[in-house]
This record gives sequence, C-alpha cells and structure tokens, in this order.
Amino acid sequence: MTLWIAVIGASLVVWALKSAGYVVPQRFVESAGMSRVAAVVTVALLASLVVSQTIHSDSGVGIDARLPALGVAAVLLYYRAPFLVVLVVAGCVAAGLRFFGILP
Amino acid sequence: MAKEFDASHLRSARSQGIQVGLAVSLYGISFGALAVALGFSVPQTVVLSLFMFSGASQFAFIGIIASGGVAAAGAAIASAGLLGVRNGLYALRMSPLVGAGFWKRVAAAQLTIDESTAVAIAQTDARAARHGFWTTGLVIYVGWNLATLVGALAGNAIGDVRAWGLDAVAAAAFFALLWPRLSAREPVAVACGAAVVTMLLIPVVPPGIPVLVVAVVAIGVAMYRHRVAPHAPERTEGD
Repeated sequence: MTLWIAVIGASLVVWALKSAGYVVPQRFVESAGMSRVAAVVTVALLASLVVSQTIHSDSGVGIDARLPALGVAAVLLYYRAPFLVVLVVAGCVAAGLRFFGILP
Repeated sequence: MAKEFDASHLRSARSQGIQVGLAVSLYGISFGALAVALGFSVPQTVVLSLFMFSGASQFAFIGIIASGGVAAAGAAIASAGLLGVRNGLYALRMSPLVGAGFWKRVAAAQLTIDESTAVAIAQTDARAARHGFWTTGLVIYVGWNLATLVGALAGNAIGDVRAWGLDAVAAAAFFALLWPRLSAREPVAVACGAAVVTMLLIPVVPPGIPVLVVAVVAIGVAMYRHRVAPHAPERTEGD
C-alpha cells in the first residue's frame, strides 16, 4: 500500500508542475532565470542517475557488467543509434557478460 | 498559393509529430518491463505512465525505489518532481499557443513534455506549431501507454533482473535521455561535476540521496552562473 502512495504522490507532483505552467503568469517565472536553473538541474540529475544506476550495489559501490554495457551505449549514442537499439544492446552486453561468467 | 504553403507546413508538422511520437512510444516497452522486473505491479506501472507521463521522471522514480525500497520513496518523489520542473517551463511557452478553454488546457498540460514542445518550437508558424504539439503529444500519450502495458505484461515473465541485463538498461536509459542535452560546454561540465559528486556520495549516504544532493548543488550553481554570465547561450531543446 505504501508503494501505491508513493506512485500516486509522485504522479501528482509531476502533473502539478506541468499544470502550473498553464496557470502561473509568464513573466513571474521567466524573469527569475528559471529556465537556466531547470536546464542545469535536468542535466545534473540525469548524469547523477547514470552514475548511480551504473555503480550502485548493495554493498555501496560495485563495478560489474553494467559498466561495459554503458560504454557500448555511449558509442551507440555517439553514432546516433535510436533509443530502443541503445537500450536493447546495453541489456544484451550485460546479460552476455554475466551468462559467460566474464563479469558479475 | 498562400493556402497551399500553409497546408504543407501543417502536413510536415503532423508527420514530424507522428514520427517522433512512434519512435519515443516504443521506448515505453522498456519502461514497462523494467518497472515490473524491479518489483512494481502491472497496475502501478500503468498508473505511472498514465498520470506521471514523463519518461525521465518515471525512470528516476522506479530506479530510486528499486535501489532503496519504500524507505527511499521521499527521495524518489523529489527526484521525479525535480526532473518534472522543466515540463512546467515548457508549459509556459506552450500556454499562449494552446489558447483558451479549460479542458483543452488540462489536456495540453498532461501532453507537455520534451518531445511535444520540441516539435512545436521547431515549426515556423503558430498554426503548424499547434498541430505539431497536439499530434506529437497525443501519439506519444497513446503509444507510450500501450507500450508500457505490453512491456509490463512481458516483464512479468522476466524473473532475475540482472540475468537479463535490465539493470544496465536502466543506466543506459538515463544516458540516452542525457545525451541530446550535452550540446554545449556548460551542460557537459555540469554532467561531469554531477557524476563525480555522485560517485563520492554513493558509499557514504543512503540510496536516492546522492541524486538529491546533486540537484541542490546544481540549483546553486545555476543561480550563480545566471548572475555572473546571464547572457550565455541557452541550451537547445531536447529532441
């Protein structure tokens, strides 16, 4: 049940932020340099999530098959591969390395 | 003559919207599969796509809950919200375009995301922008939710997340969302700084917290940068 509350709470927060843009007077937010802040925060959060999803483990930090998978994803992104291709290949690299026991 | 010109603009806005929409929608399969594999029920997964409807926020939410459990719910909600702030700013830009009408604005609010805004602002006239916004938003809303359901049902068949490399898929998903934003020196510097701070914090604080610390630091840095270099070029909108 608590997970449900988190799901609904987070959904409401994200929905409210979208709706706020249609209610708040335009110059109120734009004058505060908010778009700069939003751009920087979005990049910072995504970069932070990349790192934590790659090296986080139950015992703190752990290097495993996720890291080479992320490397392959970076190469594919550089060559402008479609989103879904990047995700599928990254998953296959990690799964393959584990299947053959090369990395945990 | 002017009419034909106008019609071709509308057609191109619509076809852009459909193309972008279909490509992004497919990505919902990975969200659905991942959420269920990480321990969310199919209804919870479907609710996230229906109501939260913002890819980065959704992935952040399930990722943080997966690493920290329900104890990390606060951090997960905060991260989803912080990633959703930019939608509010897109909404400000889309607001005059959408025009009056309560229900129209309610619907537009839910469809205000990276892709619909990007297609809208890429158009050369207001009518094409309006068509681009609604087409992209509606195609993604329907497609993303259908794809989420398909992925969630498939995810039920997946037992061990790690054996299928789904933990690596989560990391790659954030990377794919980040990549189009690294278009200038400032965002690259911000991303590197955020990565280093996260690495240093992970061993010493609970799951979900490093992301929030990074967000707070980023807000401070952005406000400082805005004061010392207010005329630096704005980032290009994500595509």
